[in-house]
Amino acid sequence: MTPLSEPEIAAIIVSLKVAGVAMLGALPLAFTLAFVLARRQFPGKPLLDALVNLPLVLPPVVTGYMLLLAFGRDGWAGQALGFFGISVLFRWTGAAIAAGVMALPLMVSPMRLALEAMDRRLEAAAASLGASPRRVFATITLPLMLPGIIAAAVLGFAKALGEFGATAIFVSAIPGETETLPLAINALLQVPGGEPAALRLAVLALGIAFLALVAAQYWQRRAGRHRV
Amino acid sequence: MTANFGTDNAMTAPAFDVDVSLQRGDFAGRFAFRSACSATAIVGPSGQGKSSLLLAIAGLVTPVAGHIRLGGRTLFDAGAGIDLPARDRNLGLVFQDVRLFPHLTVRANLGYAGRATLAEITAMAARLGLTALLGRWPRHLSGGEARRVALGRALLARPAALLLDEPFAHLDAARAAEVMALVAAAGATAPVLLVTHNTAEAAAIAAEIINI
Repeated sequence: MTPLSEPEIAAIIVSLKVAGVAMLGALPLAFTLAFVLARRQFPGKPLLDALVNLPLVLPPVVTGYMLLLAFGRDGWAGQALGFFGISVLFRWTGAAIAAGVMALPLMVSPMRLALEAMDRRLEAAAASLGASPRRVFATITLPLMLPGIIAAAVLGFAKALGEFGATAIFVSAIPGETETLPLAINALLQVPGGEPAALRLAVLALGIAFLALVAAQYWQRRAGRHRV
Repeated sequence: MTANFGTDNAMTAPAFDVDVSLQRGDFAGRFAFRSACSATAIVGPSGQGKSSLLLAIAGLVTPVAGHIRLGGRTLFDAGAGIDLPARDRNLGLVFQDVRLFPHLTVRANLGYAGRATLAEITAMAARLGLTALLGRWPRHLSGGEARRVALGRALLARPAALLLDEPFAHLDAARAAEVMALVAAAGATAPVLLVTHNTAEAAAIAAEIINI
């Protein structure tokens, strides 16, 4: 295999940057949503649940278009960011937002399941031993749901890495800025003779996804070592 | 169901002064007793709400009415609106379902309350026959071993009272005798309340036995 060309390296860097930032940015929000959905009862909960999962069933193109409307010059988010002189349109940050929104439902789900499967009597036992709510959370709740957090991070990263539709509509494919691996592969397949290069990128995407899964399995095994 | 017992003598501050109405799932009942003894046993068949009573005293189940006082300290009083959170009650509860923290080793479980030094943890482990198990995960313990860890964990929290739910289940006779001695020793510093279905066990360590 010949060494990677500059555009290929650029696509890899954009992909890793976008997916990494999308995952890290969505994680706290996904954690909060998982906690609220698993532990709190409130009116409108089914509505919030549906809203979180909406990107899962909506055509990604629609999600991208709605992001474009929201973050556009006249959109509410676009105007709010414009006040600070920030625009995410056609920027890699916009690609990260699109990928984060698409990854969110996949990240909420494993953390919510981990919380719902948790034996809450253990938290009660910790409280009876004098632990404050904060200490119970840090020493019991968080470690016991760690495998769920890891699963969420990996799923989110993988989803963000593969995101295509919403990103293409929202920030289009600008090489070196918003053109991630899937967008680059798509672009190469549109031009005559681009197929060999597309294949190389496809193999690269495969390698990155595979590495992420192997790393996830390792961390998950470590987090659950007391179960073996 | 109503259970009403106790010594109605002129004690100023009995160790336990409990009168609570509990409602939990299918179970509803009232428990009322006072005891000034260092070790009190509540004996009765299962399904009578004995475990719920201990959970209520520990602050993990809220009674619908009544009061819970321990050595003059009010932990719960429905009338006065007092309901101390479990973490502030400072009671050592050994659960019937043990509830060891699965992600912590035996050593970390013993020290969870954070009130014992490493030397005290080691000494407690030795007394409970757990020295060889200190580095193990709870999942690899037998029922009796787990129960001893739970007892040690509660004792190392330096509780104002020790609450035991069927503490001698899953223990063979020799080990049960050792644990009974340990519980009796604990009774010297903090009152012990134990619930059991086994009259012989109750008689072995409790000065006062309340049948329900």
